[in-house]
Amino acid sequence: MDGFAIFLRKELRETLRTNRLLVSVAIFAILGIISPLTAKYTPELLKSLGPGSGGVTIILPTPTVKDAIAQFIKNVAGTGIFVAVLLPMGLVAREKERGTAAFVLTKPLSRLAFLTAKLVSLGVTLTIGVAIGALATYWYTALLFTPTSVGGFFAASLLVLLSLLVYASFTFLGSTLMSTQLPAAGIGLAGWLVVSILGIFPQIEQYTPAGLLDPASQLALGLTPQHLWVSIAASVALLVVMLLLAVLSFRRQELVTNA
Amino acid sequence: MEIAVSCRGLTKRYGDVLALDALTLDVPAGAVFGILGPNGAGKTTLLRLLTGLAHPTAGEATVAGLSVTTQASAVHRHISFLDQSPQYYSWMSGRELVTFVGELFGLRGQELSTRVDEVLALTGLADAASRRIGGYSGGMRQRLGLAQALVNGPEVLFLDEPASALDPAGRHEILAAIASLRGTATVCMSTHILADVERVCDTVAILNHGRLLVTAPVAELQERYAQPAFELELDAGQGAAAEQLVAALRAEPWVGDVARQGDIVRVIAVDTAAAGHGILPLVAARGIQLQRFERIRPDLEDSFLRLTAASAPEKVQAS
Repeated sequence: MDGFAIFLRKELRETLRTNRLLVSVAIFAILGIISPLTAKYTPELLKSLGPGSGGVTIILPTPTVKDAIAQFIKNVAGTGIFVAVLLPMGLVAREKERGTAAFVLTKPLSRLAFLTAKLVSLGVTLTIGVAIGALATYWYTALLFTPTSVGGFFAASLLVLLSLLVYASFTFLGSTLMSTQLPAAGIGLAGWLVVSILGIFPQIEQYTPAGLLDPASQLALGLTPQHLWVSIAASVALLVVMLLLAVLSFRRQELVTNA
Repeated sequence: MEIAVSCRGLTKRYGDVLALDALTLDVPAGAVFGILGPNGAGKTTLLRLLTGLAHPTAGEATVAGLSVTTQASAVHRHISFLDQSPQYYSWMSGRELVTFVGELFGLRGQELSTRVDEVLALTGLADAASRRIGGYSGGMRQRLGLAQALVNGPEVLFLDEPASALDPAGRHEILAAIASLRGTATVCMSTHILADVERVCDTVAILNHGRLLVTAPVAELQERYAQPAFELELDAGQGAAAEQLVAALRAEPWVGDVARQGDIVRVIAVDTAAAGHGILPLVAARGIQLQRFERIRPDLEDSFLRLTAASAPEKVQAS
């Protein structure tokens, strides 16, 4: 792949210099910190409010590690997916829109190397973000509750990351197909919507990236989830299909020289 | 003669619009070749096809002996391209961008840094090299565009309106840099600024409505297509006599056209020798006092206007 290493270095520097990595890390770090805190202190907060005006008393069970993990997964499935969907919207489309794709693709840089470097950079950004978020959750969970299995939590974090990468791949495909950022984000959000609707049906959910989140919770708690490998295989297959479509669509695309 | 760029029946259609119509031309190696035409003539389309950014509807083209359709990646090792309104990564400094491009071409270490310094100095950007591109003016971006295009010492350089955003001093420097490449690289330069073509190009192709009207050396084009003209500057206050003179000139068989603007009368001759002998007696017969009488050197603008005016759209647009 002509120019891959050089272009990847440029992509990683751009991720740092444009604060893309910083924003991603900050969001996941906040999610990681607030998840165990929310699990721990929400019942106490509600308790401190006292009985309602009608004298109704809400009895909440004592929070556990399970609640902290569930809160982390829930936060990732909400805000985290939103970040994963929006992060790649400009990766290719913005370069096409501004004419920098045309500039760099008349150099010894193959289109495959161009896309692959962008994918790797996206993967690195999400991986660092999820790693920081997971570390924060693990640390605060151990502080506020009891330490959970390191291996299980690591495996759970990998599943969360895989799930986010699949959602990000919808937008990445959109960014490759479209020449501006907003329609690219629209395709990503449409992909997320379709997956969410399909996930309503239990027999289909295990084949969607949302189907990775339950097994992730179970692994974090040291349990053995059902259908784990089926869910992983389905998500990996979906990811590969999205990326192949992106590569194929970009191969013969005509590029404009300036905005 | 070695050919650096060759097009055979190169055609590009966007829906119903025929942007380039069966273009056939050869660019000799080492030439500074001007691609001239009004807006919408197909100049940028031609450069996009030759650099692999667009794909031809029909026909074929080779650059440095390689097909732009089937060997585009290999072509990119031999060329450089400067866009008309260059946009680069605004977070990079000028030096970082040129270094990045040099690395893509496989330059490393001392060779790379020496080459980067050379092209930044050549384009007058040495002092601004460490500034972010986001803060560059349009002219500076165009200079940077030329710097990045030169860093690999390309065999063939494609320049789309390379001096359009520059002030006169900047234009002079950049055109001098382009002219200095003659013999060492082939330069294909699209422009609508005729003075730039006259200043640096050896050969010119004139396009209009997607069609090639003519390819010829600049001097030959001026001789072949520019009509000889004579200019008379009359003393002020001879309005009535001047009108009579214009009418008399129009009646002569050796006159193609006469235009008068105030005290200036421009005579387009169809027979230069007859006009040279015949104009002054007509002036003298009316008692007109002259400040100046001269034969105007035919320039590229005359040729260009004559050629493009003659190629009416309905004749060349696809039905």
